[in-house]
Amino acid sequence: MKHASMRGLLYAGLFVLYLLHNDLWYWNDARLVLGLPIGLVYHFAFSIATSLLMLLLVKYAWPRHLEVETEEESRL
Amino acid sequence: MTITVIFVYLALILVVGTMSHKLFRGTGEDFFVASRSFGSFLLLMSLFGANMTAFAILGASGEAYHAGIGVFALMASSSGLIIPTVFYFVGTRLWSLGKRLGYLTQIQYFRQRYDSDFLGLVLFFVISGLMIPYILVGFMGSGITLSQITNGQLPEWLGGLIVCGVTLAYVTYGGMRGTVWVNTLQVLVFMTFGLAAFFVVFNKFGGVAAGMQMVADSHPDLLIRGEHITPLQLLSYTCIPLSVGMFPHMFLHWLTAKRASTFRYTLVFYPLCIAVVWLPSVLLGVLGSVDFPDLKGPAANSVLARMIDLHAPGALAGFLAAGVLSAIMNSMDSQTLAIGTMFTQDIVRHYGFHDKMTEKQQVLFGRFFIVGIIVATYLLSLVVNRSIFRISVWTFTGFAAMFPVVAAAVFWKRSTKYGALASVFSVAALWLYFFINNIEDVGGGMMPVALFLVVSTAAMVIGSLLTKPPAPETLQKFFPDDGYIAADKVMSASVRSRTPA
Repeated sequence: MKHASMRGLLYAGLFVLYLLHNDLWYWNDARLVLGLPIGLVYHFAFSIATSLLMLLLVKYAWPRHLEVETEEESRL
Repeated sequence: MTITVIFVYLALILVVGTMSHKLFRGTGEDFFVASRSFGSFLLLMSLFGANMTAFAILGASGEAYHAGIGVFALMASSSGLIIPTVFYFVGTRLWSLGKRLGYLTQIQYFRQRYDSDFLGLVLFFVISGLMIPYILVGFMGSGITLSQITNGQLPEWLGGLIVCGVTLAYVTYGGMRGTVWVNTLQVLVFMTFGLAAFFVVFNKFGGVAAGMQMVADSHPDLLIRGEHITPLQLLSYTCIPLSVGMFPHMFLHWLTAKRASTFRYTLVFYPLCIAVVWLPSVLLGVLGSVDFPDLKGPAANSVLARMIDLHAPGALAGFLAAGVLSAIMNSMDSQTLAIGTMFTQDIVRHYGFHDKMTEKQQVLFGRFFIVGIIVATYLLSLVVNRSIFRISVWTFTGFAAMFPVVAAAVFWKRSTKYGALASVFSVAALWLYFFINNIEDVGGGMMPVALFLVVSTAAMVIGSLLTKPPAPETLQKFFPDDGYIAADKVMSASVRSRTPA
């Protein structure tokens, strides 16, 4: 997959995560899962999913052109 | 025993902060941004530590005590998504510009990007004004924690004073390097002891499941969002973490990165770090409703300290208090250092003494201003009695509402100083009006920050389109055609200061 397409896909992933943050479906659900309220478990899992998306973002869509090296650093 | 442990920990902080001074290179750039030399681990620790305040520990547990588990979704998981995204789109770009053009403060950037001294001056006053309540919650939190855990042996005023003194010592002596070293130690301490507090307290209840079952029996409404939070409130709260784009201490920490790629680990691990810190805070706050069912309003700020004192007295309470104090101090230090840097660079050096001050004088002025801000804020903390969570949210609201200024500066070539000024003035006016009238809901639970952002964005767009576009040479400086900058065009501020004009 081309870099531009991958970048677009990952940016779309950010938007999808943003939508999924609004979990109306667990709003009044008091079930306990693994001993914790399901609404809390969902948002903990959401944090892990965010971390995974960030991993893909830095791997496949990193803005390399922003790197700045001083002359001294470039010689090292 | 508790007090001994706390004082030993504070002494350790001072030793670490002092040791870092041995590496001090005697330049302003080293004092303020550690010569832009930090790698991935230190950057993650410092950015995370600087953002985890009394708000994240005491504020989160206090708010969860009243509003339940929804507090995690409001601030933790939303911050885990928005903050790294801002780092990715804005932080890396500002780091790149900062290194290429030798900036030490965000105001230097805005001043040159929009070619306006006046905008820089306005931003200095607005940003400094918004930082004061943010530092204030740190003093309030430390006073409450020390007083509660020592059963009043250390009164709130003395607790705040002790933390004030320690922070002052290592920030003014160690500068950014000392701050980041101490931050790293503090982040590790508060994450470790935060988890320890979680397991020790829940163990007394027979485990997490048993503790949650007790909450389900006594306060079932705290295990759902229900009426405590509205969907519009959850949606609009996602605007709050945009504040990191305009925090002066975040900008300062971004500049400490050695390379753009140094940001990578921060992006990946930031959401996990937030979750690991906030989950225990929120759960302990909710559980506090079982032991202390009658706390009203700001009294809930102390629920975590009360839980620790009740279930883990003695040396363990001292360690846990050290964890809470760590979280508080590692943001207060960055905030005060950032304000000191702004004062030195954007006021003293820019207006009165440019080219007349030695590097040593710059550092000295920064130190004086830091002392002044800390003392003034400490005195304010003695008379303020409001929820730590609410005060913090007001501060975040102001910074988040100015996000269009930085976003337009970085991405929109057509944006102008008049657009930026219109945006900043609209935020200042709205913030003052809403804060003075204590309006926290603009309808259906929607946070004022959402309205502020709409107005601020509109002001930026309209103000820019109605005025003359920026000069071509300004655009060329900030938006190079191919994005590539040759190494021989880059000169750090310390090199520049040693180079004759």
